[in-house]
Amino acid sequence: MAATTITVPPNEMPLGHELRGRVGMWCLIAAESAIFCIFVVAYLYYAGKSLNGPRPREVLEVPIRISIALFSSSFTIVRAERAIEHGNSKLFATWWFATIFLGAFFVVGTAREWYKLIYDHGLTISSSLFGTTFYSLVGLHLFHVLVGLTGLTIVLVFALFGLVRQEHAERIGVFALYWHFVDAVWVVVLTVVYFIAR
Amino acid sequence: MLDADSISKPMFVPPSEATTLPLFDRVHEWIVTVDHKKLGLMYLGYGILFLVIGGLEATVMRIQLAIPHNHFVSPQAFNELFTMHGTTMVFLVGMPLLFGFANYMVPLMIGARDMAFPRLNAWSFWMSALGGIILYFSFIGGNGLYGAGGAPDVGWFAYAPLTARAFSPGHSTDYWAIGLLVSGFGSIGTALNIVTTVLCMRCPGMTLGRMPLFVWLNMVMSAMVLIVISPLTAAQIMLLIDRYLGGHFFDTQAGGSAVIWMHFFWIFGHPEVYVLIIPGFAIASEIIPVFSRKPIFGYAIMVAATLSIGFLSLGVWAHHMFTIGMTSYSNAFFTATTMAVGVPTGIKIFNWLGTMWGGKIRFSIPMMFCVAFLFQFLIAGLTGIMLSAAPFDWQLGNSYFVVAHFHYVLIGGLVFTIFAALYYWFPKISGRMYNETLGKWHFWLFLIGFHLTFDFMHIPGVLGMPRRIYTYEAGRGWEIWNLIISVGVIFQIAGVLCWVVNFLWSYFKGKPAGDDPWDAWTLEWSTSSPPPDYNFAMIPVVRSRRPLWDLKHPEDPDWKYE
Repeated sequence: MAATTITVPPNEMPLGHELRGRVGMWCLIAAESAIFCIFVVAYLYYAGKSLNGPRPREVLEVPIRISIALFSSSFTIVRAERAIEHGNSKLFATWWFATIFLGAFFVVGTAREWYKLIYDHGLTISSSLFGTTFYSLVGLHLFHVLVGLTGLTIVLVFALFGLVRQEHAERIGVFALYWHFVDAVWVVVLTVVYFIAR
Repeated sequence: MLDADSISKPMFVPPSEATTLPLFDRVHEWIVTVDHKKLGLMYLGYGILFLVIGGLEATVMRIQLAIPHNHFVSPQAFNELFTMHGTTMVFLVGMPLLFGFANYMVPLMIGARDMAFPRLNAWSFWMSALGGIILYFSFIGGNGLYGAGGAPDVGWFAYAPLTARAFSPGHSTDYWAIGLLVSGFGSIGTALNIVTTVLCMRCPGMTLGRMPLFVWLNMVMSAMVLIVISPLTAAQIMLLIDRYLGGHFFDTQAGGSAVIWMHFFWIFGHPEVYVLIIPGFAIASEIIPVFSRKPIFGYAIMVAATLSIGFLSLGVWAHHMFTIGMTSYSNAFFTATTMAVGVPTGIKIFNWLGTMWGGKIRFSIPMMFCVAFLFQFLIAGLTGIMLSAAPFDWQLGNSYFVVAHFHYVLIGGLVFTIFAALYYWFPKISGRMYNETLGKWHFWLFLIGFHLTFDFMHIPGVLGMPRRIYTYEAGRGWEIWNLIISVGVIFQIAGVLCWVVNFLWSYFKGKPAGDDPWDAWTLEWSTSSPPPDYNFAMIPVVRSRRPLWDLKHPEDPDWKYE
């Protein structure tokens, strides 16, 4: 106990407290994954059980462009992370803005898809079991994209005022972890909704 | 037992300036606090408040059922009572009390000055508090703007399609769903915080293998909360989509399924029982060694057993659903996994007995509660093994036998360890010693009341009395048992009153306890009682699982042997 006489070997030191943001984010990702798991299970369980149409095969088209946009945003946010690690605030803001643009492109694309589904095909959240599960699962993911975009935009505002500097690289990294998670979930949702259960 | 006077360390004198602040400032200080000890105490106070409310609800139900054809409450009120009692005890009593202990003790035990995210900690507490307020607001707001209101009446597991708009008009079910959703966010926040605190905030030398078992078990519990509460959150979102947006998740008229609600609820619901009982194990694993004067027997095995309980418990949920008719493969699988959980649990009981074996046992109040816990939890586990056999469950599912079983787990197991913990850490938290005689009255009255109520509750279950009925006919052979069950409640209330009087009196008038009244070994006893805001003036450095033993016995330290 007497701190003056005992030296602690490095292998007995705990994880540093500076890693706590990362650990916390991984915990949040674990909890969020469980939520998505339940929605994915419900989607798969109810696939083909809808009593009335339209059926997924008739109305769903694989959203190639917005998927590419969202997956690319993981790449741009990594570039932004690298830029801020090297203290290059201008480059950071550029890549960060690109990330927001790609995320917003995804949201607009989804909105256009839903507009078509609702007005051309009459598929709403209450029209059939397929509608309920489709809008819930895709909507839950979309909600996470919107939360991410809100966070990204707030950081961008700070960056434009020159308030995001090299010492914030760790926090930027933690936030980027969330954005990567949102992207990874889209891999699952895309596969389940547009390929497996079509 | 060590007398408080024999401790040579300086006595704690409660600071006088705290009482001189104006009332408004003192309340403000608690509301805006981010200190893990204050938040821990607020969790404990919140849990105890709802423990009293939930206990009163149970008391009213037992008055109603004491004699046949009773008219103490209406059938509708009875449905509301058992729904609110179950929901309150799990979400507003069990979780807050356990999070309270974890919040207060984990940073102290690992030699940290606060949790990893103090502000998230405050946010989580207030979210949980808001959840409880929303749930109880249903009593006045449940029917919307007209009428007198009504609490949720769908049972704590709210089976579909009872929760559909057609069968649950008004807002009572919405208050249930939203209340639990909100308090679930708080639980996830706190669980995230505890895991991160344990992983990142330990003091130098505190390796994972040297952490007190209390810390280990609370970390496992928190990791479980992360993946266990989420299915409930997801299911509540689906329920709200059904009720507000006209969705069809649980609507059998449109191809939905009522059974899938059961699956989603119990994927949460059964691991939740382990979320509640693992902190109980954590408390027993601290108290039994200290009062047996021996280190815990089989430390590594205890950790392994906890991890395997956490893992196995994720695969047992459908044993709540044997009676709905599943395939024989499902029945066999869930019977086998449920019985398998008994193995690590049995290992734990053997390890606690191994700790006591040959020890110099001091029967202080915390130890008495822990010993009662050992016996009662064993019986609760045995009836659990009985119910895990699908054919047995077909006979006794949804009977009072099941009610007796899970109350044996949650009161005989969990509440007894919670009382043990409250007595064990009262000197640390308040700086004063409780009254031993009143404590013994509490223990024996509560023990007698518990056994009168819950031992005899098994019998009407075997005789065929179903749960959730508001009254019953005379002449079925249930009357005498129900009367005994209800009489037991009187003893339990008397016991709890002793405890309330004891703690209130001791808080103001008790003898100063000193820093380490139990001659214990974990770090929370090395700081003053109550601990200062910063916990430790100097961050401690540890070299073994019992740092205070090393400090007190420099000639024979633990680290030589570990």
